[in-house]
Amino acid sequence: MSADGMSNGMIEFRKELFADERDDTLNEIGKPTRRQDILGHVTGRSPFYDDHLFHGLLHMRCARSPHHAARIRRIDTTEAELSPGVVRVLTGRDVPLNLNTLLSLLDFGIDDEPVLSTDRVRYRGEPVAAVIAESEAAAREAAAKVRVEWEVLPHVLDVEEAIRPGAPVVLEIYPGNRFVYHGRYDHQKLRFGDVEAAFRTADHIIEGRYQISPIEQAPIETCGAIAAPETNDRYVCYTSTQALFFSLATTSKLLRLPSSRLHFIGGTVGGGFGGKVDSVHEPLAVLGAMLTGRPVKFMWDREEEMQVGGPRGAERWYIKDGVMRDGRIVARKFTGYFDSGAYTRLTSYAVIKAVGHLPGPYTIPNVHADVYCVFTNRTPATAMRGFGITGVDFAIEAHMDKVAEAVGMNPIDLRILNAYRDGDMKAHRRVAKNCALIECCQVVAEKAGVQLTSASRAASSRQGGGGERGRIPAHTALDQVGRVEGFDTGSYARKPARQAGATAARPAAAAPAPAPPQPRVPRLEPSRAASAAPPIPPAPAQPAQTGGPARSGPIRFSSISGFRRR
Amino acid sequence: MALHRGRGFAAVNYPIGMNLGGDPSQALVHANPDGKFTVSLSSIDLGQGMKSVTRQIAAETLGVPVEDVYVDTADSDTGPHCMGSFASRGTHRVGNAVIQAAQEARAVMLEAAAEELEVDAADLVTDGRGNIHVRGAPSRSITTMAACQAAQFRHGRTVSGRGIFLIPLSEVDPDTGEMTPVSCFAHAAMIVEVEVDDETGEVRVTDMKSAYEVGRALNPKLVEQQLRGGAWMGMSHAAWETTEPYYPDRAHGPVDFSGYLMPGPGDLAPHHISILERPAPDGPFGGKGPGEMCANPVLPAVVNAIYDAVGVRIDELPVTPEKVLRGLRAQGGARPRKRL
Repeated sequence: MSADGMSNGMIEFRKELFADERDDTLNEIGKPTRRQDILGHVTGRSPFYDDHLFHGLLHMRCARSPHHAARIRRIDTTEAELSPGVVRVLTGRDVPLNLNTLLSLLDFGIDDEPVLSTDRVRYRGEPVAAVIAESEAAAREAAAKVRVEWEVLPHVLDVEEAIRPGAPVVLEIYPGNRFVYHGRYDHQKLRFGDVEAAFRTADHIIEGRYQISPIEQAPIETCGAIAAPETNDRYVCYTSTQALFFSLATTSKLLRLPSSRLHFIGGTVGGGFGGKVDSVHEPLAVLGAMLTGRPVKFMWDREEEMQVGGPRGAERWYIKDGVMRDGRIVARKFTGYFDSGAYTRLTSYAVIKAVGHLPGPYTIPNVHADVYCVFTNRTPATAMRGFGITGVDFAIEAHMDKVAEAVGMNPIDLRILNAYRDGDMKAHRRVAKNCALIECCQVVAEKAGVQLTSASRAASSRQGGGGERGRIPAHTALDQVGRVEGFDTGSYARKPARQAGATAARPAAAAPAPAPPQPRVPRLEPSRAASAAPPIPPAPAQPAQTGGPARSGPIRFSSISGFRRR
Repeated sequence: MALHRGRGFAAVNYPIGMNLGGDPSQALVHANPDGKFTVSLSSIDLGQGMKSVTRQIAAETLGVPVEDVYVDTADSDTGPHCMGSFASRGTHRVGNAVIQAAQEARAVMLEAAAEELEVDAADLVTDGRGNIHVRGAPSRSITTMAACQAAQFRHGRTVSGRGIFLIPLSEVDPDTGEMTPVSCFAHAAMIVEVEVDDETGEVRVTDMKSAYEVGRALNPKLVEQQLRGGAWMGMSHAAWETTEPYYPDRAHGPVDFSGYLMPGPGDLAPHHISILERPAPDGPFGGKGPGEMCANPVLPAVVNAIYDAVGVRIDELPVTPEKVLRGLRAQGGARPRKRL
């Protein structure tokens, strides 16, 4: 195919659709203006994080678990420290606050993941030590010399095996291997109408099981950060992050360092696709710079990017539809399992996003979903393009094809018949507006020469919605299935009040040998008590610290929004 | 042994911005002495064109040519807070913050122009080419540069503005799942054509025909870039990629691009795109985010097309020759459906 063919004649703008809702006479908006940064990109001059090289730059590599699950009896770094070119070897005891959950900045979830594990590993590739050396080769060589005495533990890799009674517990704070929602259930529920009653009236019942395996974001530029001591007792960090202040705040929390001492620079990133929000590199690179007084680069190689970096997590979905002869879907039931891997990171949140998306872009009067965030002994999952949606959209649309076949309809006619329209009530109980699914279906059918019914051709997102379709069902079947005890009520799983912030605080510069962090077993507490502000953690014993206690986190989004104290 | 062709369809919608809200972004805009504007952000440009789309939004709102605007991001010492570039939120959230900041700066610029022209600022309009004039009287005009200079050197005022966009965080009901996920949705529909080899189990995607509804194509070339790349990524997710080929077993995990399969240039299917624009009521000039959703319809459309071609349902992604061959064997060979 010609280069021309890829761009010219292969894109059209259907300006006639929804023209009455737009002002097309703007000066700059709608113009194909050349990108501000394109000259730098195509001439190879745009600076990415790895282009900021420093004199005396040190390199960091991690020693990692070869086991899916194991207890750490002992970590011996002696040989690694004596390896040529090694400047320092970090273990968990060097990390001032060696426990975090990414969304703690939003008060979502309980801190569960160490930066460098000290007592347990829960997935193959989990880091237990970080070697800092004069060259990447020296760091690699020394990382292989970190000796760990493992006690291998049973592991579980399948989401449905993980939630069976007696399965190996991945994460002690979630004994059922399921994240806890609102302190109340081991899954997120969606209940709209009564699917079981509707199934009894349906002409067809169509069931399916779908699965999507983990996927790597595969950016050209692997994740990483370079940190260096800056003047005025600050640290500069060049980073590939997709979220500058999120990574800065995470670093501030883990290093117990006021955010005013951190200077983060990024903004031009060689591909992200969701894989650069986990803020894994910035805390360790800055810690390395703090403890060595020199610039430190921590960058994944391709193998780490693919096997240690959080992928789009696997999902498994079961869908059951009740369908009438004419193709109307009257009930849809989901059971979904998100494979979070060994720690929570963002999966608990992806589940909520998926639940808000159900039952897809269709108006179905009875919807029921139970969606689980399941812990297994694999690399923790994280964000990726289509976060929380791609997997279930695959399931829904593959299922729609089966529904079309069962009722003998053209699959595009089936979509248009069931499509949501302006004014319809969605299953999460908000009214649909600004819909355009029908028009997308019509345009594609026309382009592909697919003959639609006259009803499908005449349909519009702006007509035929609302009315009966805009009402919340008079009766919704509710249940208490999956009830859990022992977690704070009132919101998502969150820290028991008194233990929050009191974890593993220790000086960054010194290296005492405290006990490994204990699993934070949730306690049953009155919900009011849980909403108290977290205690102020002790000040880090930084020699350069000018005094005054560090805040537990530089940014508390939730206290701005009132999420925590609602 | 034969090649079988089939077509598959899928349609999706996609939520724009972080689910439940609570994800603010800020922007600062200021004029330099010669009437050029700097937009300060901490938002990340991942290649999607964040710097360029915010630049156009600022220029449109300020009423100055795009060449007079430069976007500076992301330095935590100078850029105001942004939640990050994910969740298809950049254009929607940051774009709205930029509009607010640019409106404030524009108001100062117009007040300075009004004082210089001795007219009411409410009667002034910008022509988008660097001039401010009285509505209906283009001859009574002043350049945006002169207005900015007057503000700074004669009136002692900063031509600057602050912007933030926030949809406050909302709660989720534990028992019903009632929630306010997002404020707007993008849409897409797609037909893909595949060719399935019933001897090797290999699947080729030979054509894609799509319709994407993006609210407003703020920069049509940037939108096209996103949709082309994204749809190919969707194709790759359907029939190539995984870090765990035998999930949930962790064996055979790839460690480089010779083991992690992705389509090469010769595998990429032609993609015929139609763009629909139904402006989002709260989007910047109606814009939604095309970034993530463009990949989503391809995954199911590919498996539906395989069924159309050979009658095998692949319900576990990615599609592999092994899965196709096992399916063919189980049903005693290809059973083309040809329904679409």
